[in-house]
Amino acid sequence: MIRWFAFFVLLAFPTWAEEVVLGLSQDEVAITTSFDGSEILIFGAVKREAPIPEGELGVIVTISGPPEPVTVRRKERRFGIWINADAVEIDGAPSYYAVATSAPMDEVLGIRDNLQHKVSIPSMLNSVGAPETVLDASTFVAALIRINTNAGTYQVLEDQVVVDQDTLFRTRIRLPAALTEGVYETRIFLTREGQVVSSYETAIDVRKVGLERWLFALSRENPFWYGIMSLAIAIIAGWGASAAFSLLRN
Amino acid sequence: MQIYLPIAEVSVNAFLLLGLGGMVGILSGMFGVGGGFLMTPLLFFIGIPPAVAVATEANQIVASSFSGVLAHLRRKTVDLKMGVVLLIGGLIGAALGVLIFNYLKSLGQVDLLVRLCYVVFLGVIGGLMFIESLNAIRKTAKGTAIPKRKKHGLIHKLPFKMRFRVSGLYISVIPPLLVGLVVGILAAIMGVGGGFIMVPAMIYLLGMPTKVVVGTSLFQIIFVTAFTTMLHATTNYTVDVVLAVLLLVGGVIGAQIGTRIGVRMKAEQLRILLAIMVLAVCGKLAFDLLVMPSELFSIGAVEGH
Repeated sequence: MIRWFAFFVLLAFPTWAEEVVLGLSQDEVAITTSFDGSEILIFGAVKREAPIPEGELGVIVTISGPPEPVTVRRKERRFGIWINADAVEIDGAPSYYAVATSAPMDEVLGIRDNLQHKVSIPSMLNSVGAPETVLDASTFVAALIRINTNAGTYQVLEDQVVVDQDTLFRTRIRLPAALTEGVYETRIFLTREGQVVSSYETAIDVRKVGLERWLFALSRENPFWYGIMSLAIAIIAGWGASAAFSLLRN
Repeated sequence: MQIYLPIAEVSVNAFLLLGLGGMVGILSGMFGVGGGFLMTPLLFFIGIPPAVAVATEANQIVASSFSGVLAHLRRKTVDLKMGVVLLIGGLIGAALGVLIFNYLKSLGQVDLLVRLCYVVFLGVIGGLMFIESLNAIRKTAKGTAIPKRKKHGLIHKLPFKMRFRVSGLYISVIPPLLVGLVVGILAAIMGVGGGFIMVPAMIYLLGMPTKVVVGTSLFQIIFVTAFTTMLHATTNYTVDVVLAVLLLVGGVIGAQIGTRIGVRMKAEQLRILLAIMVLAVCGKLAFDLLVMPSELFSIGAVEGH
């Protein structure tokens, strides 16, 4: 009787059976002056101490930029011109989000686990701050997703995670050129039958370096001298061009 | 060649920026306008955040105006006295303009008001200039002399008269102060140098000769935009010096070429070209307001961030 009970417990908590061992091609992205996006290779293995369980293994990789509150505005025609009318604030919209899966999303992840772990793009966005006059807040969230997807800052990469022999997995995720600084949270989920059996979290640090770092820091810490420097460069460039042209003429 | 801009936090093509700077610089040198009214919308279009575009553009205008004004100084086509009077009005106006801008921002809809400002001012000024210069060209073509502009009006009854030798004027300082003030306010609200408003105002309201107008307006613009740059750099941290350098390298070269083209052209031709350009930008902005946009939604930062 007790043995049977233990067996059922193991079935109900299969989390202990499989675990992620992860590697990243880089855990830092340096933004230099010539930064033109970056490709991150995420690879890993599934560690098990028991035979391979039943069901298809699913692997999901997500990378999420620093979340920030945004306002989504909708234009409406008033007095013959199109102006911003309704606005909805969305609290935790990351500046970048990519989700890569080993099979179509609805096959690897059930709705319940998707909502719980906030994996797919719609489930990771919380819509809040909609005024009472706005009844269709969901269309604002949809618009946010649409605009970001078109801009390449939100990516859904279905079937892009390669799984070898139910053990090794790897995927490539491209970070766009227009990247903001911050900690990019990276998550790996292993799923069986649409349920998350194991997850792993790590972070990719995106930082400006060199000249970029220096200018950015100066503009925040010494804005007055940064402004003076900008003006000085402008005036010298203006004078230089004028002097060069008059030399050319003579 | 892609280049990452540290403040704007986007990566753009360096040659595209050099080209844009050059193109706008030529116009700036030819017409004595800073070119901000063209450059700022172009920067929005290539994906620079609006706040950064407006602030950086002010810095770039300083460079191209400086380059332009040196060329004009050498040719003695700058009325320094008039420039200083306009400048005093301009600095007061710019400070007022920033206050008005922040007030509008607290009401929301600042975007729309800026656009409406553009449409109204560009439309009225472009239209007036176009008609006037067309008439002037017709008259010269017929061989009849251009009638002298009215020398007696309300402007000549005002007190505090001053002699502006380079412009050949003896008028009250009140109208140029007011012109400077209004331009300063508009410059701060619209994120431009204001030359496209000041140049016609100097020609039609103050009656200054066209040849002197361009250099004098550039002179005033340098100081007003430098002031605006400092305000943006210290309050909003939105001046992107890398973006500014790329734009101004193209811009200063363009301004030198533009000044030389401008000298070779007749005043009426110069005015009608400027009028056409102003009307074209106005038309595009009006069109965007009137026609249903393809994307009704837009993403912005939460107010107060």
